[in-house]
This record gives sequence, structure tokens and C-alpha cells, in this order.
Amino acid sequence: MELLEGEREEIVSEVGNITEKYQPEREKLLPVLQEVQGRLGYLPVLAMEKIAEFLRIPTIDVYGMATFYNQFRLNPPGDHQIKVCMGTACYMVGGQIAMDSFERRLEIQEGETTPDRKFSLERVACVGCCTLAPVVVVDDIVEGHVTPTRVDGLLLAYDGEGRVPAESARQVEAGQQDEQQSEQEGEGEQHS
Amino acid sequence: MSGSSPEKRYEQLKAEAKEKVGSTADKTVVWVGTATCGKAAGAITVREAFKKEIQQRGLEAQVREVGCMGHCYAEPLIIISKPGFPSISYGFVDEGLVKLLVDNYLVNDDPCYEYALVALEPNDYFPTFSDFPRGVYENKTILGLCGFIDPEEIDEYIAENGYAALARVLEMKPEETLELIKRANLRGRGGAGFPAGRKWEVARENPEKEKYVICNADEGDPGAFMDRSILESNPHQVLEGMIICAYVLGAASGYLYIRSEYPQAVRRVRRAIEQAREKGLLGKSIMGSSFDFDLEIFQGSGAFVCGESSALISSMEGKMGMPRERPPRLSESGFRGKPTVLNNVKTFCYVPMIINNGVEWFTEIGTPESPGTAVFALVGKINHSGLVEVPMGTSLNQLVYDVGEGLPKDKAFKAVQIGGPSGGCLPESALDLPIDFDSLQEAGAIMGSGGLVVLDEDDCMVAIARYFLEFTQKESCGKCTFCRLGTKHMLNTLRKITTGQEDELATLDVLQELAEDVKAGSLCNLGGTAPNPILTTLRYFKDEYEAHILEKRCPALMCKELIAYYIEPKKCSKLCNACVGSCPTEAIYTRDDGLKAIDQEKCVKCDNCMKACPPEYLAVVKLSPPSLVEEREGKKK
Repeated sequence: MELLEGEREEIVSEVGNITEKYQPEREKLLPVLQEVQGRLGYLPVLAMEKIAEFLRIPTIDVYGMATFYNQFRLNPPGDHQIKVCMGTACYMVGGQIAMDSFERRLEIQEGETTPDRKFSLERVACVGCCTLAPVVVVDDIVEGHVTPTRVDGLLLAYDGEGRVPAESARQVEAGQQDEQQSEQEGEGEQHS
Repeated sequence: MSGSSPEKRYEQLKAEAKEKVGSTADKTVVWVGTATCGKAAGAITVREAFKKEIQQRGLEAQVREVGCMGHCYAEPLIIISKPGFPSISYGFVDEGLVKLLVDNYLVNDDPCYEYALVALEPNDYFPTFSDFPRGVYENKTILGLCGFIDPEEIDEYIAENGYAALARVLEMKPEETLELIKRANLRGRGGAGFPAGRKWEVARENPEKEKYVICNADEGDPGAFMDRSILESNPHQVLEGMIICAYVLGAASGYLYIRSEYPQAVRRVRRAIEQAREKGLLGKSIMGSSFDFDLEIFQGSGAFVCGESSALISSMEGKMGMPRERPPRLSESGFRGKPTVLNNVKTFCYVPMIINNGVEWFTEIGTPESPGTAVFALVGKINHSGLVEVPMGTSLNQLVYDVGEGLPKDKAFKAVQIGGPSGGCLPESALDLPIDFDSLQEAGAIMGSGGLVVLDEDDCMVAIARYFLEFTQKESCGKCTFCRLGTKHMLNTLRKITTGQEDELATLDVLQELAEDVKAGSLCNLGGTAPNPILTTLRYFKDEYEAHILEKRCPALMCKELIAYYIEPKKCSKLCNACVGSCPTEAIYTRDDGLKAIDQEKCVKCDNCMKACPPEYLAVVKLSPPSLVEEREGKKK
């Protein structure tokens, strides 16, 4: 995906700020990648090049790590991240049906972002709310029992001003400012 | 205070903790379960509602957080402790119930028993856990405190005798502790069941000075959340086990390898480590002894194969998580090439309990070969899903029907999928099987890390096998040819079968053979167990495979390509338009005679119309094979 204006500079400076804190050791590669993604939301090629430079390893090694582990994404996330749970319990009661519905409506495949960067769609292994299956997590809000009609409703609700549907104001992490700070490393991409 | 023995120091710690915790004993406390599962069900809303209501009424009650009690089906869960009453747990709490409880119970003295789930202490008014079948079969040891203490407050753990085992161990010789663990025959709870004592011994005897203790919390099975729940509900128990292990080995540093998908677990463990350091339970000269040990968190990045020990080490070293050949075992050459003990979260949890309660206490639970308990995440088509802990040797039957209270909607039981992607599907005939490491292996499944999914008549076994294969195929690291290509080929075969593109019955023999080859030709357990879902479904449910291939029929009406939705004219009410409105692709139309019908070309089989059709009609049905639709429509004309 093309970088937007100003993104280049942002990437270089963010990566610089993060690598500064680490020793240039191979063991630090995974934590650095996690932190960079936590900051930028994804791993742009430029960031991977900068990390490779810092650790004095070939860029392909960084790319190899970024593609081996499910946590990392190479595309920028959308304004709203839709994660469809594909744990066993969800799959059995129609997780795939929910995924199909999103793909059909957004006209993208799983793992992609809409061209206007409004929505990104991905599958997650298990969010651990098996009793609400099938589950979809939009941003940090867990939606249970998602049928295709609900998919349409969700998209409609988020498409306008990003307004959250009233009935589902179930913030997973609502109002926990003190916790948010320590969470930043894992933020952005909590579910692979 | 310096110079005093660890046990003396501990007494002081405990006295302080008891004083701090005890000071709330005469106050009313509302405990809200806020593990990830509780939060997803709305625990935060409930917590805030309680705070608001209590503040508005100027009550003195406290609102505090606990972890997971294991009764996931009833989330969000709360416990109210009010002096003069037994502690009572309420399930399915929403804002309305919060108001009701505050008005009737906190302000007045009516505990609203009609909404109560269970009482925690024996009393004259309401049943406790042991009055329900689940309570009779369950034996909570390592889950004992989960959901009943504040995981972010070390004093609560200490007040419940936490870290007492550590103090005792520090007074003993390391080999004495090792002897206890060996005698207890504690087997690793990561799935394979390797004796922890033997692992520790090998690492201990190694002359190398630098050694490591690592806790494997890279719980990657879809549908399993035992480790997450323990880390979120009682992290100190894990830390204590690790510190004891480090003392036995003489290790100076250790790591907790936690999935980064578990942000809440990471946060709570981080806090636990900080608190343990403040109390002198981690760091330099622990409890005044000459033993130094510290812990760090390493966040995994979501690769299932990293649950395999050598792959986990490799990812910690900044490489792709690929397993290597063993021997040398990790206990000889592990992290940074040094002797390393790697155990599962639950394995470490048992350690302080064995020290505190004695070896006999542990070996009396469970079976001689597999002593102790087994923790399962009981999910799927079951009434009381959740986290359960039963003694090893409990039968699957008891687990499904007594602990889990059977299947919902009177559906017929078909199978249990046990052990996740590496496990297998066991049919009804296997329900009498005792749960222990060895019996399950004989039946073709494995204990695994403890995911247990109950399947009913609506679940297609071929589709289940395909689902797990999709998972393992994607997660195969690609090192061994058989695993990399074999899983792919098996998956393709299953896809062909489930979409009706396979006509040859002989394919099943090829599939069987390939599955056995993949098992034999893979280095690590991912490849070694990936074919299990196929092998067990072929063994117990071959008729379903045959129906897919020969009749192009999915007996469970699940495989999308082999079913069609059909509206039965006899049942359809001409006046209702529910199905038409529910269809996302406008495939449903009104016929000239007013009845509804589905345009099969447009139908995406989303199941919406079937759900939308009002219960008094239930006119939408699934047919398999799809050709039945033409037959029926043909007759009609």
C-alpha cells in the first residue's frame, strides 16, 4: 500500500525512538517488532529496513520474522478493525458465515484493508468468549451472536461517524486509563 | 530483621498481609469477575454500574475485581460478601440486576435468592457448590483461589498461605524439594505428560552455571483458555512455582513466555512480578536467603508451533520459531545453549501445592499413573461451559453430563473433540473412557493442553477435521516436508470431500496412509499430531465421509456446498415476510400463489432465513444433497 504524505518521516522517527531503547542484539528483534507495530499499527517495509539496519542483519531476516508470526501485519489497519473469531466454538456455529458476510459487504478478503482505509478485516484464533459465539470484535468491542443481518447493522453503524451502536456499548477496556499505559506495547494488534 | 530465616520472614509477611486483607472483613464487598471472558460479556459495565449506584446512595460497600471463577456460561459473574450473610454469587448480571441488588441487598437485607447462582459458604438458606453435581465431581486445587482473590493484590495471595511453600523450600536442601516433586510423579500439563521431576533433575545435575526457568504460556489452541485464566486470576501461584523450580536448579533468571494476544494476562503478571520484588520474593537474596532469582516477561507473537519447546526457545532468541531435533533435550541445552527447564503454567501451579500439602495429598488425587487433576476448557454444545478441574481418571461421561450438565436443546451427542488441533474426536462409545494421559492416547486423542469441545448431531465430522487441518496447515513452520506438504495435501482432499468434488472412495485409504506418514515423518509434535483429527474421525465416523463422497450428502447438514435451503410450501404462511427481509442477497421472492421461495442461484446459504422464520412456522429447512430441492419443486409443479 502506498505511503501517504508525511508517513515516511513518521516511520523513520518512530522506529528511531524505539530502537534507541534497545541493545542491538538479535534477541531483541521480536520485542522491537512488537513495539514498532504497537506504535504504527503495522510493519511498513521502510520500518523493517530501519530495524534491519539497527540490528545489522539482512532485511530479509526481519521480513521473515514479520511474516512467520501471525501477530504482525504488513498492511495499515483500517479506522475500524474487524476481527472475526474463528475459534472452534465460533466456527461451529457460523463464524465463517460472518466472515463471508463481511467479505461480501466490504469487497475485500480476510487480512485486507478497504482502499479508503476505513475497515480492515482479519480472523483471530480465539477471543475466549465461546459462550457468545459467533463472536466479532470491532475495535475493542465484542459483539456476540453475529448473523449476516447483524453484519449489515454493524457496518452501517460504524460507517457514518464511527458511531457505536448503543446496545453494544460493552467496552472490553473501557475507562482504564491507568492500565492503558502498560498495555501500549501489545496495543494495536492484540489478536493475531 | 536481616539474618532471620525465610520462614520467620514469611510469618511476618503473612501477618502483615492478613492484617491488611482482614481489615475489609467486616465490610460489604462486591467482587466482579473481570478476566477477559467476563469483560467480553460486560463485566466492566457491571463494575461501573455498581460503583455508580453505591456512590449515589452513599453506601460504604467496596467494589473490587477478581479473576475467573470458571462458570463462563453465566458471565458476567459477581460475588457479594455482606457481613452476616454467606458470600453469594450471582450470574448473568446486567445493569438492571445491579440496581435491584443494590436496592434490595446492599441497602436492605434481602439477598434476592431468585437471582443467586450459588453460595460460597455452607448456610441454611442457599445451596453451595458441593450441592450441585458439578461441585461433587470437581476438585479445585490449582483453580482453588481463581476468582476468589484479587489477582492484582499480592497480600490476598499471601493471606491465603501464598508463598509459604517458597519459605519452606528455602529452608530445605534443593535436592529434598526435587525428591518431593519426583515422588509426586508430577507430569507436565502442556500435553505430553513428561515427568517434571526428571526434567528438573537433568538440568540440576548439569555442571553449567547459567541456567534458565521458562514458563510456557503460549496457549495457541483455538478454544482453550486455561492458562490465560490462571494468569489473569492468580498469577502469584505461577511465580511461586517458578521460583521454587529455580531454587532447585540454581537458576538466576527466568522468563514467562506469554502470548501477546493476552494483554490482560501480561498486565497482571507484570504487576505480580513488581509486587513480588517489593516484598523481597524476587530479586537479590530472596527472603533473606543467599538465593537470587528474577523473572521477565517475553511476549510471544502468535505462532502455534511456538508451543513446541525448542521452537519457543528459538523465537526467544530472535529467530523464526522452528523446532530442532532433540536430543539434546532443553534440560541439557536450551535457551542460549544453557540448561533450561520449560514447563506449562499449570505444572508450575501444582508445585507450591505439593510442597504445602504433601506428596501423599497429590498422589491420592487422580490415578497412579497420572496423579493430580486435569483442567479443561469445556466449550461447544454444552449447557454449562467454562473452566473445570476434575481429578484425573474422571470419565468423559461425567465431565459432559454431570459437570457440564449435558447438551442444550435436547440435541443428540455426537462426539467430543479433545486436545485441540493435535487431539481427536471421540464418539459416544468412548464416553466411559477415563481422562488421563495414557487412556486418551490409546483412543487416538491426546490430553493436549485441555481444550474440550462437545459436538452434537448438527456438527459435521468431516468439516471438523477440515477446520483443524486448516489451522495446522497454516501453522506448520515448513521445516519438515511431510508436515509442510502433507498437511496441505490432506487439507485439499478434505476440501474436495466437503465440497462434493470427490467421487472415489479409495481416496479415504490414501488419506489414511498419508496421515500416518505425516505423523511418522515430522520432527515435532505439531506434525506428529496434526493428522489426529483425521485419523480419529476416519476411525469413528467413516460413514460420514462415505455419505459425502458417494451421496454428496452431508448428514449433519453443515457443509455449505452440499446443502440447500428450501421453504416448505405446506408450512409457509403467505402473510409473513420475515425471511424476505432477512435475506442479504435478495434471493427470497414471493411466488404467484403468495408463498415464499428461494432462488438457489442467488442464495449464499447464510442461515439468516432459517433463523428469521418464526417458530410457529419453521418453514425453512436445509436439504442435503441439494438436488432434493429440484425433486421437491418438480413434484410441486
